Amino acid sequence: MALLNIEIDGQSTQVESGRTVMDAARKLGIKIPHFCYHRKLSIAANCRMCLVQVEKAPKPLPACATPVVEGMKVQTHSDYAVKAQKGVMEFLLINHPLDCPICDQGGECKLQDLSVGYGGGASRYQERKRVVSNKDLGSLISTDMTRCILCTRCVRYGQEIAGIMELGVGGRGEHSEILAFMDLTVDSEVSGNAIDLCPVGALTSKPFRFKARSWELADHPGVSPHDGLGTNLEVQVKLNREVVRVLPRNNDAVNECWLSDRDRFSYQALHSEDRLTRPMVKRNGQWVEVQWAEALQAAVDGLDAVRKTHGPEALGALLSPHQTLEELFLAQKLMRELGVHNIDHRLRQTDFSLDPLQHGAPWLGMPVADWSALKSCLIVGSALRQEQPLLSVRLRRSAGQGARVHLVNPFADDLAMPLGAQLIGKPSELPGLLAQVVQAVAQRKGMPMPAALQPLSSGQPSAQADAIAESLLRESGSAVMLGHLAQHHAQFGTLYALAQALAQLLDCPMGVLGEAANSVGAYLAGAVPHRGPLGTHAATGLDAQAMLRTPRKAYLVMGLEPQLDSADPAATLAALQSAECVVALTAFKGQAPEWATVLLPVAPFTETAGTYVSMEGRVQSFNGVLAPQGDARPAWKVLRVLGNLFDLSGFDFESIADVRTEITPDLSVVVPQTLGNGLSGLPPLKVRASLGTIERIGDVPVYHADPLVRRSPALQATRLAQTVQVTVHPQLGQRLGLAAGVTVRVRQGDGTAELPLAFDAGIPEGCARIPAGHPLTAGLGDALGMVALEALA
Amino acid sequence: MSITVYVPRDSAALAVGADEVAAALQEQAAKRGAKISLVRNGSRGLLWLEPMVEVVVNGKRLAYGPVAPEDVAGLLDAGLLEGKAHPLALGDIAEHPYLKNQERLTFARVGITDPLSLEDYQAHEGFAGLRAALKLAPADIVQQVLDSGLRGRGGAGFPAGIKWKTVLGAQAAQKYIVVNADEGDSGTFADRMVMEGDPYMLIEGMAIAGIAVGATKGYVYIRSEYPDAVKVMEAAVERATAAGFLGDSILGSGKAFRIIVRKAAGSYVCGEETALLESLEGKRGIVRAKPPLPALAGLFGQPTVINNVLTLAAVPFILARGPKAYADFGMGRSRGTLPFQLAGNIRHGGLVEKAFGVTARELIETYGGGTESGRPVRSVQIGGPLGAYLPDSLLDLPMDYEALAAKGAVLGHGGLVVFDDTVDMAEQARYAMEFCAIESCGKCTPCRIGSTRGAEVIQRLQAKPAEAPVQAKLLRDLCDTMLNGSLCAMGGMTPYPVLSALDHFPEDFHLAAPKHQAA
Repeated sequence: MALLNIEIDGQSTQVESGRTVMDAARKLGIKIPHFCYHRKLSIAANCRMCLVQVEKAPKPLPACATPVVEGMKVQTHSDYAVKAQKGVMEFLLINHPLDCPICDQGGECKLQDLSVGYGGGASRYQERKRVVSNKDLGSLISTDMTRCILCTRCVRYGQEIAGIMELGVGGRGEHSEILAFMDLTVDSEVSGNAIDLCPVGALTSKPFRFKARSWELADHPGVSPHDGLGTNLEVQVKLNREVVRVLPRNNDAVNECWLSDRDRFSYQALHSEDRLTRPMVKRNGQWVEVQWAEALQAAVDGLDAVRKTHGPEALGALLSPHQTLEELFLAQKLMRELGVHNIDHRLRQTDFSLDPLQHGAPWLGMPVADWSALKSCLIVGSALRQEQPLLSVRLRRSAGQGARVHLVNPFADDLAMPLGAQLIGKPSELPGLLAQVVQAVAQRKGMPMPAALQPLSSGQPSAQADAIAESLLRESGSAVMLGHLAQHHAQFGTLYALAQALAQLLDCPMGVLGEAANSVGAYLAGAVPHRGPLGTHAATGLDAQAMLRTPRKAYLVMGLEPQLDSADPAATLAALQSAECVVALTAFKGQAPEWATVLLPVAPFTETAGTYVSMEGRVQSFNGVLAPQGDARPAWKVLRVLGNLFDLSGFDFESIADVRTEITPDLSVVVPQTLGNGLSGLPPLKVRASLGTIERIGDVPVYHADPLVRRSPALQATRLAQTVQVTVHPQLGQRLGLAAGVTVRVRQGDGTAELPLAFDAGIPEGCARIPAGHPLTAGLGDALGMVALEALA
Repeated sequence: MSITVYVPRDSAALAVGADEVAAALQEQAAKRGAKISLVRNGSRGLLWLEPMVEVVVNGKRLAYGPVAPEDVAGLLDAGLLEGKAHPLALGDIAEHPYLKNQERLTFARVGITDPLSLEDYQAHEGFAGLRAALKLAPADIVQQVLDSGLRGRGGAGFPAGIKWKTVLGAQAAQKYIVVNADEGDSGTFADRMVMEGDPYMLIEGMAIAGIAVGATKGYVYIRSEYPDAVKVMEAAVERATAAGFLGDSILGSGKAFRIIVRKAAGSYVCGEETALLESLEGKRGIVRAKPPLPALAGLFGQPTVINNVLTLAAVPFILARGPKAYADFGMGRSRGTLPFQLAGNIRHGGLVEKAFGVTARELIETYGGGTESGRPVRSVQIGGPLGAYLPDSLLDLPMDYEALAAKGAVLGHGGLVVFDDTVDMAEQARYAMEFCAIESCGKCTPCRIGSTRGAEVIQRLQAKPAEAPVQAKLLRDLCDTMLNGSLCAMGGMTPYPVLSALDHFPEDFHLAAPKHQAA
């Protein structure tokens, strides 16, 4: 690429051909006032605030849309340029209301800031300002449309980043206004970024509305506790008392300048009524609040009694992968010191056949940033936008630049991006479908299907499988990814082995999408039954499903709502309720009194220090931003004291840093060495025949994935959260004699759920998509098991 | 042997009863047992004489006009079919001074032929340019257009050949030719007259452009208020395709070119090329930021030649007679001819095609015959609603892009709207702002806000003479921001009529005339 010389305000620099004056100015650190320009969005050049003086140009030119030419000389702050900029500012202020004192954007408003430099003290125009009616965009975004300066950042964001044009410009000339299509709400899972992009107070956060002025807030760096991306947060606290807002912290290697809506709005849960703030014990069938010492002793006594009577194998630990590395480390340390090996964090996983074969902690297999450069990608078993909203954003941009995205999935998913060939089949058919792709790639390479995988091949690959193979082989830069649904699948081991064989044939990365903020960290902490911390050898205990199928007498449960966070809620609840002692470390009360015997209030991610290891292996430590609420304590401290009360040595940590040091003195060096998707040998391979008529596709909806999002009223009020239904192929509905919209009864084992029925031709016949992780389906069994549908009498 | 009689089918003639005249002619001729062959031609552009009936006598076309349906019987009785005398008789129309001294290169056939007759078209040199082009390499066609000096007739005057060259050089699987026929300027009608009066000329020009740049598909985006033009163009495209002048292999050459006629969405700003492309793609007609240039990423993101009707209509002549024949007309860097359109308060409104260099005064006085009201000309707006108002003192300027630009005026699409001494120029200035406020696409700040507020400021100035100096200063500042800051010519040129009115006619704004105006 040719380099061009340009001089801006007397400073010289070189930029690549095709770059704009704005790019060059940014490179030099020269600030040019602007509103519509945003480095992540296309150039609209409509606000005209960035007009600059260009030598030999007859008029001032917009810096954002003017390409650099060799020898260009630009003045950004000459009288000529400033006169043009002031002219535009004067125009904008004709219509913009002077309501800064009651505007949430006040103090962090681009228009307010720039008007100090470019605006007049009073307007020379006397006629009435333009007024625009507000719009109801849903529970997340508040509107004051009279403030809008029509920069169209929100519109371009929807089209280019979120992938759905939910906002557009209607009307012409002065009557132009931003509105949602046909008065719909904005329902994208990444909608809140439009709030950040809005340079004025037209789009503001609805949950944050009138809560604080920006200058009252203390900013604290944080890390998202939701998916495994490791999204960087700015957590904003008012008066040291309350988290009132969460904003993105820019990190181009991770989340760029974006947040998913759950990253942004889940903070509401931190101050929910449901917070557990006092230790509680169940005494003679009654729950009573007690002092910490009493509760801790009750926990120790309960666990120890079972251990002494039934042996340590009668105990089990169920740990949430949303907990920190330090907490998970201490929990497994406590258990292992007590001789307990039944430790797991994978409550949604059902196939553990890979455990003995794993080389390291399963991870993304590549850096997150490299998703931006993908040329093609195969995603197996995933509701990608709901599972990984921001990874979807990255993939969408690659797709927009021509990357080919393929799915092997139990339903046709609208990823709001162009998709290539897809293989859609019932959950039980996924291994067979993926095997076809492996076979097609092997054939195109003139190689046989790997011998060990031969039993999975079934004749000739389909045309779609071959199209996927062709696309993946076309150029380097492919990747094969296993989504959450694949990880929950009853043949996860088989899918994994196939994905790995495929990646080997393609010589490309293969990875698993990190379901929780600390899914990788949980492995590294040793919160698995077959490995100690950092992958060290450990005596093998029972995995999560085994602990529940053959119930233990006592459980330590941390950070979980087991009836919502496990593969088989009914079985999980039954196992816990049959136990003699269940010690729950939890930030929320929820349904815990129904299955626990001791409740220990622990701090959520904002009230404790800790570390998350993201799915790419990025180690990110953070500090608490607030003191724990009520009597809640950081879980690491609770676990430390439990160790002390058990008279165990090695539990005398003074600080979180001590815990970290015990794991390893240098996490960021050790972690990459302990990641690994390789296998020694293959798991038993199986292509399961369909078990019966209707297979359940039980994916976890984005706003029901963890205890925090479940308690954000704003997120729960969204259309995404409100839509809970059974979705089937219209022909299945017809066969069952059921119409769309009617309420149907779902039967699974002894459990039932009643939900409205919806039709979607993208669901394979013989399947029903029924969300997991939702209170309405918490009575059902296996998320990927068999169900029966019947009409209500 | 039947007698050939012409009655125009041009909208300007239809609007004043041409269909009724044609029907009366058929009826009355039949009643008299006279055999006539009625041809519906285009308009000659002598609009005050429409409906103009022509009869062929001894190879000459003798005209009568304006003819009302009730005149027909009397005309036939007086011997119209033999070309006999009558108060409405105009004599040999080719010798009419309005036509005789014109330099009709583009409009050579308009009004003479049956617009939809392929035989007529070819009998008048039609498709000679296309046949010539098919024998040339694409780069040579582009070179001829470059050599002709042809500049875009839409208003900006950008050399057509350079645009074509850019598209020719762009690599793409699909390229397009787009015709801007969204003729929305007040007082202009030349595009319409071409489409209604000589559609094959435009088709030929498009096909030549397609061959030259490697485009196989062309769109004609026609103003929705031109239903007749849409009909004629659609019929012409169908016939030309059936006859092999369009299609997968033009005249058996193996070169493909197809044309699609699209009715516009009814917005003035869709005449701006990038807004036109958006509209053609089925989106809201709003202006795109440039770059990318449409020549590189135009319609559906593909390299696109987008030219005005008159630009492409000039191309067949250039290819048929050679670039020099075209470039021999004109002055300076404005080569060839421009079909001027005379409208407003003018006695002889119509179309006058002259080489660049003719003066406005010659057009208005020699051709137009002065004002319709008979009062003195006070001002002429040249180039549509965004063109400057010229006072009488500037009417001797030659019609040339550069000469007009030097005086802050534009030639635009060649429309002249004449006003007599009763005009209120402040009201005209206010109207310019109001027009922009109504037609602005709303995308950029200066145009969206400036137009509405500009109209208000002028209104305030009109209502409160005491505030005039303050408001005039504000108006000039506002115009400055619109001129310098607007994304496209809509907002960028709206100040032209406003500032020219303010500069040349300050007394209408309750302002004292500046000293330099005294002369």
